[in-house]
Amino acid sequence: MKILVTVKRAVDYTVRVRPLTDGSGVDIANAKMSMNPFDEIALEQAVQLKEAGVADEIVAVSIGNSGSQDVLRSALAFGADRALLVQTDAVLEPVAVSRILAKITADEAPQLVLMGKQAIDDDASQTPQMLAARMGWAQGTFACGLTMGDAEVTVVREVDGGTQTLALPLPAVVSVDLRLNEPRYLKLPDIMKAKRKPLEVQPLEEMGVDVGTKTRITHYAEPPERKPGVRVQSVSELIDRLVNEAKVL
Amino acid sequence: MAVLVVADHSGGTLADGTARTITAALELDATVDVLVAGEHAQSVAEQAAALNGVNRVRICEDAAYAHQLAEPMATLILSIIDEYSAVMAPGSTQGRDVLPRVAAVLDVAQLSEITRVIDKNTFERPIYAGNVMATVACDESTQVITVRTTAFEPAASGQSALIEAVPAPETPVAARFVEESVVRSERPELGSAKVVISGGRGVGSAEGFKLLEKVADELNAAIGASRAAVDAGYVPNDYQVGQTGKAVAPDLYIAVGISGAIQHWAGMKDSKVVVAINRDEDCPMIQTADYALVADLFDALPELEEGLAQLKAQ
Ligand SMILES: Cc1cc2nc3c(=O)[nH]c(=O)nc-3n(C[C@H](O)[C@H](O)[C@H](O)COP(=O)(O)OP(=O)(O)OC[C@H]3O[C@@H](n4cnc5c(N)ncnc54)[C@H](O)[C@@H]3O)c2cc1C
Repeated sequence: MKILVTVKRAVDYTVRVRPLTDGSGVDIANAKMSMNPFDEIALEQAVQLKEAGVADEIVAVSIGNSGSQDVLRSALAFGADRALLVQTDAVLEPVAVSRILAKITADEAPQLVLMGKQAIDDDASQTPQMLAARMGWAQGTFACGLTMGDAEVTVVREVDGGTQTLALPLPAVVSVDLRLNEPRYLKLPDIMKAKRKPLEVQPLEEMGVDVGTKTRITHYAEPPERKPGVRVQSVSELIDRLVNEAKVL
Repeated sequence: MAVLVVADHSGGTLADGTARTITAALELDATVDVLVAGEHAQSVAEQAAALNGVNRVRICEDAAYAHQLAEPMATLILSIIDEYSAVMAPGSTQGRDVLPRVAAVLDVAQLSEITRVIDKNTFERPIYAGNVMATVACDESTQVITVRTTAFEPAASGQSALIEAVPAPETPVAARFVEESVVRSERPELGSAKVVISGGRGVGSAEGFKLLEKVADELNAAIGASRAAVDAGYVPNDYQVGQTGKAVAPDLYIAVGISGAIQHWAGMKDSKVVVAINRDEDCPMIQTADYALVADLFDALPELEEGLAQLKAQ
């Protein structure tokens, strides 16, 4: 069984991103970049399925600039067998990404596509559902549990109010949540081995996919600033201030 | 043209997020219809019809919608989408699951979790864990939008709009429902509570959360948690507040034993008043809160409970 895993290069989760002063973009030119944390969890899941003998091939795909080769190398070190970079400097809307992924998914014909439930840069949480819809497949979003059967994958989803378990006919798309697993630390021998694994780079322009949309960000701003707070010395002072000053009790 | 709002409901109750989404929809267009799909959805449809500003409720009752799964829901929405210029849903796990499928079939970009309607084609939404607010221009043929419900007041109820049936289209390839485990709580909903008290890793155990519960009882508060507290199994997953959990915006947010990571702030930064109780005076939660108490939470919580009980008795 083949599994396709999508990985995005995103600003590292420890970076506090700010808008540029002129509002034309965000100040990330020198920011630390990493693999989107949810995508690491998707990869870990794929590797566990391979180690369990359920999957026999893992293909990692990324869409982004040449820097995305780094996250694909990490994906190979995790245990992906080969990697594909669709190279573009453009920042794409999820719907455009889903057009590209649908083409790759049709070509690769995996039984399962594992994706992070959201990317921590645009926080859209759209691409997996969009890919599933384009393929006409079932989806299991926000997965915190996954079991492969012969013709179905069973997914436990984190939903408002608790959890929900669904069985998806294969092929299917699953988007993963934080509590599905804990991604392993990469070991040096795996990183060395990854250097010899195949990483194909395909320029987006050569794919014949239109990535245009009628949606665009026109301005980037700071969120409203909070007033500086006060230090209270005791619980009674806290209650007093909440009653008399903040008037929330 | 009109806006279609997809209702969120469970256990026969319309979610508060739907009433808030209707407020956002009315800022976009004067004509707002609500789609209610379920196996038995009449009472939910009546609750939606009562919300002021709703033009009509469209109800589709069929076993296919018993769990409102994404595949049949998207197909249903698409069967009537031609009548609308925009479709909106709460940014709940339900809305987030369904709407991108609609957008993909229409081949339009979707806007996730808008916090403001600026004009008919311009919206605001948070990106980068809420550290940046993006103004987005959307000129798609159909606007597909989920709403950060805490940013909008709920529509009041009092009217009674027309309820019309919509035929169920043929169901597509879809997931099969197996089971669910829903924790029903007597407490107010996290997303709409006036007071939220959240615990973090510092609370130390499920047992420790009992101290928060006692304070919550005094305040009629909802209980939340950091990711660390959920990961450690102190509380269920749907307590998680943050970038990847729930967004809350109560009048009062009390963070207990939570360090205040970017990802946690993302979910509670729109709270009116933030209180931090933490023994580490250098942690971001203490640094940024409106009222910061540097103390051991195991001392502070019982004192707080007692003080609040006295306040109530006065
Ligand atoms: C992709 C991604 C998504 C994430 N999404 C979320 C999210 O949605 N929500 C979220 O919350 N986090 C999220 N996180 C995790 C986040 O980065 C932090 O790790 C997490 O919020 C830390 O939780 P915490 O504050 O409870 O734990 P810690 O950071 O360990 O803080 C515990 C605090 O408790 C205090 N403490 C300990 N004992 C006591 C005591 N006796 N009395 C008083 N204070 C005490 C300590 O001083 C400390 O400040 C995400 C991370 C990633 C990578």
